[in-house]
Amino acid sequence: MADIMFAGIGGQGVLTAGKILIEIAAEHGKNVSWTSEYSAEMRGGIALCRVVVSDEEIGSPYPDYLDVLCCMNEDAYDKYVSDMREGGCVIINRSVFGEKQFPENVKVYGVDAMEIASELENQRGLNLVVLGAMIRATGMMDVNEFADTLEAYFNKKGKASDKNVQCFMMGYEKAEKMQ
Amino acid sequence: MSKGFQLMKGNEAIAEAALRAGCRFYAGYPITPQSEILEYMSANMADRGGVFIQGESEIASMSMLWGAAACGERVMTSSSGPGYDLKQEGISYLSSYNLPAVIIDVMRYGVGDGEITEGQDSYWLATRGGGHGDSRQLVLTPGSVQECAELTYEAFDLAEKYRTVVIILSDGGISQMIEKVVLPEPKEHDRSKFDWAIKGEKKKDEPKVKVTNLDRSMDYSAYDAMVRKKFSDMYHNEQRWENFMTEDAELILVAYGISSRICKSAVRRAREAGMKLGLIRPITAWPYPKKAFENLPEGLKGLVTVEMSLSSQMGLDIRLATEYKVPLYGYLTSKYVPTTQGIVDFCKGVLAGDVKELEVY
Repeated sequence: MADIMFAGIGGQGVLTAGKILIEIAAEHGKNVSWTSEYSAEMRGGIALCRVVVSDEEIGSPYPDYLDVLCCMNEDAYDKYVSDMREGGCVIINRSVFGEKQFPENVKVYGVDAMEIASELENQRGLNLVVLGAMIRATGMMDVNEFADTLEAYFNKKGKASDKNVQCFMMGYEKAEKMQ
Repeated sequence: MSKGFQLMKGNEAIAEAALRAGCRFYAGYPITPQSEILEYMSANMADRGGVFIQGESEIASMSMLWGAAACGERVMTSSSGPGYDLKQEGISYLSSYNLPAVIIDVMRYGVGDGEITEGQDSYWLATRGGGHGDSRQLVLTPGSVQECAELTYEAFDLAEKYRTVVIILSDGGISQMIEKVVLPEPKEHDRSKFDWAIKGEKKKDEPKVKVTNLDRSMDYSAYDAMVRKKFSDMYHNEQRWENFMTEDAELILVAYGISSRICKSAVRRAREAGMKLGLIRPITAWPYPKKAFENLPEGLKGLVTVEMSLSSQMGLDIRLATEYKVPLYGYLTSKYVPTTQGIVDFCKGVLAGDVKELEVY
């Protein structure tokens, strides 16, 4: 059971990151739910999705406490870090983060998501880098199985590109435990 | 797909289930948070050999539905908030003509334009007789994406069984979230099977107009008796609900739709802390499941209605179902989806005697 949030600004692929996660978790036999919240703008404005992954029947699809918080920007972190459960895991997109004093009762992983996505010439793969870091930080699923299903996901959508899986794998490899 | 399930939004599950039930006429008009139903129908109806129309307004599309229903077609429309208001005249006419139809209301928050976000605004309107009243419609309230599919699929059968309008009372939470859904098998509908439907091929001894305001093939007293029997049959046969950990509960939450989902988490969280909560989840809002309240556990201290509305709309039905004998409290969150902890804390307050009973009016 994990209550997860991906949060950032519109255009960063926040909602898609959650959709990819539920696709893959569902393929692996989990129950899943996904809800979203976003402002009217196509780009900019806070966007977030809440994902629940569970072996049991899912009650609330709007978890009030989080096991995992993936922050694509600093505003999202500031707004939602107080919802973290003891021992939960925060993943931050370090490319857009200043110095932070993290709460003591959570694990923190950072990844230079924008730099990694740029190096791989796949700037829109920012969300996949963060997903990779999230799988590293939580150990929620086997990384290779996840990568395989990710590839199949993009193939199915007719958007096959090695760069997507590369972004995911690089996020997994380059994620650093900060606390 | 070999895996057997799909991931869909509640709205998409409603639309796909309708197509699989043999719905071949959809007319609607866009409004959040139901627009995915219209979009899905626009993209998929033609492939199934049916008719999709985006009418010039809710009223126009509702009136088109009336015509198609009179021909025996399986028909559906959908709307939300102020758009659902505009369907009422059509619902009243369909009810007068005893025509089957499925109407989806994806509720949102508030009165007037309100907000386009999650809410449970139109319980009263849906359950108290569409249009200007004096009629009843079956009202089904899905609590998951799976139920969006199952109840919509079955709604067409129920509509024909009773020759009634069936309302699927969903909400922005249930309709906009994605979950796993196992879709029902596709089937075809034969509109020529009804003796009451207009077929465009009048036989000599048949009346010219078969579908009429009230039913003019009989006199008023026979019509009244028929309609009263229909309402009574629906009331006694179709009450549906789910009990969740109610057997030993000291406090039972009552909630439907998205609120019921948060309530399930609240029941589990409260029980981890030793507080015995349970949940009664109505699956029909009309008929209200009175039977669910007939064997409440001994030692029950009260009921708590959890609703996303300004006033408690379901509270009155709970009062009637319990004949005003069980203490009732209300946790009303209007625009905000209730939180698990919010419900648990409210119930702690109830058990500590800090909360006044809900007044319903």
